[in-house]
Amino acid sequence: MTARSTASAGKSPSARAAFAALTAALLAVLPAGGAWSADAERGRALYAECKRCHQVGDGAAHRIGPHLNDIFGRPAGSLDSFRYSPAMKAAGAGGLVWTGAALDRFLAAPRATVPRSRMSYAGMKDGSDRADLLAWLRLSSGGGPDRPPAQPTVTPEEYGLDPQLLTIRGDPDYGAYLAGECTTCHRPDGGEEGIPSITGWPHDDFVIALQAYKRGKRVHPAMQLVAGRLSDEEIAALAAHFRRAGDQP
Amino acid sequence: MNQGEGVMSQWKGNSGLSRRQVLATAVAASTALSAPAVLAQGRPRVVVVGGGAGGATAARYIARDSKGAVDVTLVEPTRAYYSCFFSNLYIGGFRDYASIGHSYGALAANHGINVVHDWAVSVDRDKRSVGLAGGGSLSYDRLVLSPGIDFKDGSVPGWDLSQQNRMPHAYKAGSQTQLLKAQVEAMAQGGVYCMVAPPNPFRCPPGPYERISMVAHVLKETNPTAKILIVDPKAKFSKQGLFEDGWQRLYPGMIERIGPDFGGDKVEVRPASMEVVIDGEVNKVDVCNVIPAQQAGRIAAAAGITNDAGWAPVVAHTMQSRADENIHVLGDASHQGDMPKSGFSANSQAKVCAMAVRGALTGSKVYPARFSNTCWSLIGTDDGVKVGASYEATDEKIAKTDGFISKTGESAEVRKATYEESLGWYAAISDDIFS
Repeated sequence: MTARSTASAGKSPSARAAFAALTAALLAVLPAGGAWSADAERGRALYAECKRCHQVGDGAAHRIGPHLNDIFGRPAGSLDSFRYSPAMKAAGAGGLVWTGAALDRFLAAPRATVPRSRMSYAGMKDGSDRADLLAWLRLSSGGGPDRPPAQPTVTPEEYGLDPQLLTIRGDPDYGAYLAGECTTCHRPDGGEEGIPSITGWPHDDFVIALQAYKRGKRVHPAMQLVAGRLSDEEIAALAAHFRRAGDQP
Repeated sequence: MNQGEGVMSQWKGNSGLSRRQVLATAVAASTALSAPAVLAQGRPRVVVVGGGAGGATAARYIARDSKGAVDVTLVEPTRAYYSCFFSNLYIGGFRDYASIGHSYGALAANHGINVVHDWAVSVDRDKRSVGLAGGGSLSYDRLVLSPGIDFKDGSVPGWDLSQQNRMPHAYKAGSQTQLLKAQVEAMAQGGVYCMVAPPNPFRCPPGPYERISMVAHVLKETNPTAKILIVDPKAKFSKQGLFEDGWQRLYPGMIERIGPDFGGDKVEVRPASMEVVIDGEVNKVDVCNVIPAQQAGRIAAAAGITNDAGWAPVVAHTMQSRADENIHVLGDASHQGDMPKSGFSANSQAKVCAMAVRGALTGSKVYPARFSNTCWSLIGTDDGVKVGASYEATDEKIAKTDGFISKTGESAEVRKATYEESLGWYAAISDDIFS
């Protein structure tokens, strides 16, 4: 199960209906021929599937995945500041450049396009969905006047968590021991194969994810079981360990 | 943050077994001196017997985390390890044989582990030495035994190891698994596959029933009039509701199970005539998969650390043998409490053991033991289920604290995700053991 589908599994039908209504309302007020096409606006909603891991827009930074600013025309795996999977780096070295067409192929079936990439996403099957998403991405990743500010990947408030939880400094050595329980299922390196890679995750994203599982705000039986008995200090220790592990070759 | 001290005071404050107090004191002393006595005599030596999910993980974690401070030797007779976990998926055609095979090359190359391909046949506990079938011996400061299971002689009348080609157990993966798969595929149209299921406790509680599912999957495709007969001495089995629901949905009318209420506990086999006698009634079968009653791998008994039932009792906090504090026992061979005998459990126990061994030999920090287990089973194509639990160490045993299990009536999407998760787990645990 991907992190994405886990995260959305708890959404009630009424929440989804409200979201659809909001989207429809936005579409209704859009100016015809305005800078934001209706397609891009729809793509913005679809981007919710990406935003847990990627930032795009003014001030975007690397999170679980690399930032997506200026992605069009860039060779795959080519930002020095991000720790890509060996597979993604090899794809870039082999000539994969993120043109619109290449991104469209990749988003349709990430694991088939770049096998053993770390991206934990099954794919967006509908071609018009992908076209809308890419329209939004083109608008927000370039340097033009319409580029919106980057949104946070996740906030403690989304799960009703106390922001103070993010200020706990964990002991990475203790985290290294505790991580033994994680690496039975999460590969310390290498590709995503039905279970996401967690190595190198930003501290806050890691803590929020585990705290949300611990409190039943994210739903996955094995993760709720594991997180349920971790103390706040232990979660911080694991976050420190996996953040540190991301810096190692 | 000072986890080590927290652990020790927690241990000292406990009024339980003195063994743990002694150990905690020893760790405290070695931490204080920062150069344990054993170091003065050169690198401490750990010998690990058995290169499966328990032993190979323990060897890897001790060698990796001690960064060369501990000399680690792994004794394993086979050069290629075929995992029991996912071997049923090979029988069902969902994995190829090579995909469940692993070599020991990375353990030697990446972590400096001395891999000895030989059988450990004796343990001299006074001299702290392991005798090898090849004639040599290995001395140790700590010995880790993770020998898996052996079968109890005579548990299924008519069957012994000399009959394992006529009636395979396929409960140690490798050529036996290949043989059973070939026999299933060669079955006459409308033939009968019989499984003699084992009594508790045994390796991989859902294993026999996942195997039934995989055999049924193959027969449904190639031999739809064939029948499957399970002769079971147990009234109940792991994930029973999930398996029975799946069998009814996917393989209706194909599978019959005879429990103890109908004589499933009174079985005899006749390999020469391919007959199975159930409570006096003779059944002719085409394939017979006999999974006998089990006990710890023989080296545990040779070391003199097993109980009357044939398993090795251990202290939950460290996985130390209750008979000898210089020996740790992992996985299927251990008698530890509530954890099922599984590869996941053995891997989990190995990490606790590795931490305790390093603590004792090098003075590294010792944290409270924690254990977990999840077992995935495949019932049919994209129809995966799972059961999992977390555990803690008590003075008495490894005790279950919490758990979950898949539900009947889950959507196809959930079942497919569970199956895909199991693929991710297999890749990860393989790395965690062998890379």
